[in-house]
Amino acid sequence: MNAEHGILLDVEHLTMRFGGLLAVSDVSFHVRRGEITALIGPNGAGKTTLFNCMTGFYRPRVGRMQLNVDARPPFLLERMEAFRIAREARVIRTFQNVRLFARMSVFENLLVARHAALAHVSAASMLLGFPGYGRAARKAAERARYWLDKIGLTYAANQMAGDLPYGWQRKLEIARAMCAEPRLLCLDEPAAGLNPRESDILNMLLLEVRNEHAVSILLIEHDMRVVMRISDHVIVLDHGIAIADGTPEAVRREPAVIRAYLGASEAEAIVPARGPA
Amino acid sequence: MQRARLLPLLKNSPTADAAAAAGIAVALALPLLGFRLVDSAQGLGLETRFLWVVYAALAVFVGRLALNILRLAREALHARAAPISRPQTMPRRRTRWPEAGCLALLIILALALPWLPFGDRNTVDRATLILIYVVLATGLSIVVGLAGLLDLGYVAFYAVGAYSYALLSQHFHLTFWECLPICGVLAAGFGVAVGLPVLRLRGDYLAIVTLGFGEIVHVVLVNWTAVTGGPNGIGGIPRPDFFGIPFAAAASEGGMTFAQYFGVPFSPVQRIYFLYYLILAMAVIGGALVWRLRRLPLGRAWEALREDEIACVSLGLNPTMIKLSAFALGATFAGVAGAFFAARQGFISPESFTFIESALILAIVVLGGMGSQLGIVLAAIALVGLPEWFRELADYRMLAFGAAMVLIMIWRPRGLSGERRPTARLKGVPQLATPAVAPAE
Repeated sequence: MNAEHGILLDVEHLTMRFGGLLAVSDVSFHVRRGEITALIGPNGAGKTTLFNCMTGFYRPRVGRMQLNVDARPPFLLERMEAFRIAREARVIRTFQNVRLFARMSVFENLLVARHAALAHVSAASMLLGFPGYGRAARKAAERARYWLDKIGLTYAANQMAGDLPYGWQRKLEIARAMCAEPRLLCLDEPAAGLNPRESDILNMLLLEVRNEHAVSILLIEHDMRVVMRISDHVIVLDHGIAIADGTPEAVRREPAVIRAYLGASEAEAIVPARGPA
Repeated sequence: MQRARLLPLLKNSPTADAAAAAGIAVALALPLLGFRLVDSAQGLGLETRFLWVVYAALAVFVGRLALNILRLAREALHARAAPISRPQTMPRRRTRWPEAGCLALLIILALALPWLPFGDRNTVDRATLILIYVVLATGLSIVVGLAGLLDLGYVAFYAVGAYSYALLSQHFHLTFWECLPICGVLAAGFGVAVGLPVLRLRGDYLAIVTLGFGEIVHVVLVNWTAVTGGPNGIGGIPRPDFFGIPFAAAASEGGMTFAQYFGVPFSPVQRIYFLYYLILAMAVIGGALVWRLRRLPLGRAWEALREDEIACVSLGLNPTMIKLSAFALGATFAGVAGAFFAARQGFISPESFTFIESALILAIVVLGGMGSQLGIVLAAIALVGLPEWFRELADYRMLAFGAAMVLIMIWRPRGLSGERRPTARLKGVPQLATPAVAPAE
């Protein structure tokens, strides 16, 4: 029912409340297949809360999140447990504060991401090392090597992930998510703490993920170098409300966005300068 | 003013530093050694032993001074040998123990033990005890070392195994070999039963709940007299036989004893050796199982769970199943070890399943280095074996125990066997001991 550029994720009237705080209020948007969608907004706008709702870490009381997949009924994410969202709907996320398995090697980190794919191999063939498991394990190692080559970290495959410099840890987290073969890759501030050169490399990586692997991306980002250059579609959140939704160009000119970021009075001057030259 | 000059002096002068240490020793020793209650005809009296305090202070002073001088001498030597100091950021390459080789050597030694010159009956008996703790610690290392779930009530599963065998053999006349898998399964069931409600807990909270579970089992054993015999325990538990052939002086009607079957003269040592080899086989099989599991997705999932549960969930791992499998498998080890323990002793009582046992097993796991096989064996020898051999010094046992712990934590804070090594490697990529450095750009 959804063609090449159909809607992959459809979020409707999502509302999340913590006691008296309305963190996300009646937010509706969609993520189109094969696109990079950016979720931006000032600190505390509810972006990460939205992510947590989509990936099952929070359970919203109101709203519907539907992930459309070919050849089967859509997944209703609000009804699924977090690990099932990752395993079955294959919505895989990264975290604002990198969450690697620090005392495991880089390679092992990537293998853990293949756990779901390996889990269907029977326990006996695993324990005794039958060919079925051998094949699955070899495939897992191949995928891991592929993504390590992609991010240029192959030389460090057998080092502890926690010993890596910060920028590499961020990339490794994305590679790990890709090893889990996502339909929708959710990145929470992937460019945070990266220098301009590193965020350019990140841009290329994300474009490649979209173009060559046909993975749709939803990203939270503050770094406008990333957002404006690579996203196809931008959603702006402020105080839990979606205030703008459209192409990067259109969103940048939206008065509500300028107001949210800069306050009402000195609106016009600065926002265009933050975009790409 | 005075202070400002005094502090660096204290830091720099070896004598002043030793004096300060002696001062602390006096402060500690005065209440501990200086006074003593004595029971005399007139009632309780206070005896003073200030001379002891002086001795303690002197010992500390001399020891500390020697340490300081040694350090200064070493620094002077280094300064002469290498005038340019090593940059602080360069980590020293740590020597690694060839773990597989050490383990193989230990297993060969263990196999040959009864034929070695010192391998008398007592030694084999003690080695059997050590191996029971090796099996227990291997099981606990799955829960604590790999899955990172701090379990302070592990001895409860050990008790479940022991009492299961005792009761099953008494009431249903099942043999040891029939009971062994049943005890494992029963203990695993208890593992799941405890695991289910505490799944949401981590760290301190989990430790408290498991501690409570251990105590509950102990209290039940003491008070449920009708079934467990209460504090009197259960006696006359059948000893294991050699796969159906009993170890006995005289055969029962129509049966054969081990000695008759193999045409050797009867000796009570035969059973002791058999038990020894049995527990050795269990320890080796258990160790091999854990070794293999660590290289499989399940073992990797345990370790990933220890590192970061939220990241695990975000990658599609079911934390409930992973935790339960760790709990159940760990408990199985304890159940099997418990059945063996009951069969070896022939008598069990709640006294064998107190918190101190849990603590001892946990100490073996921690001392051995989280999730390390070789470390567990060495730690079990150190914590279970040595106290057995130095029975005469039993009064100082806890002192030595504490000292050993302190020394280990200073020299090898990650346990005897050191740092964790990856269980899976990408081929053709070197393993570096130094932290990663981005390639030159």
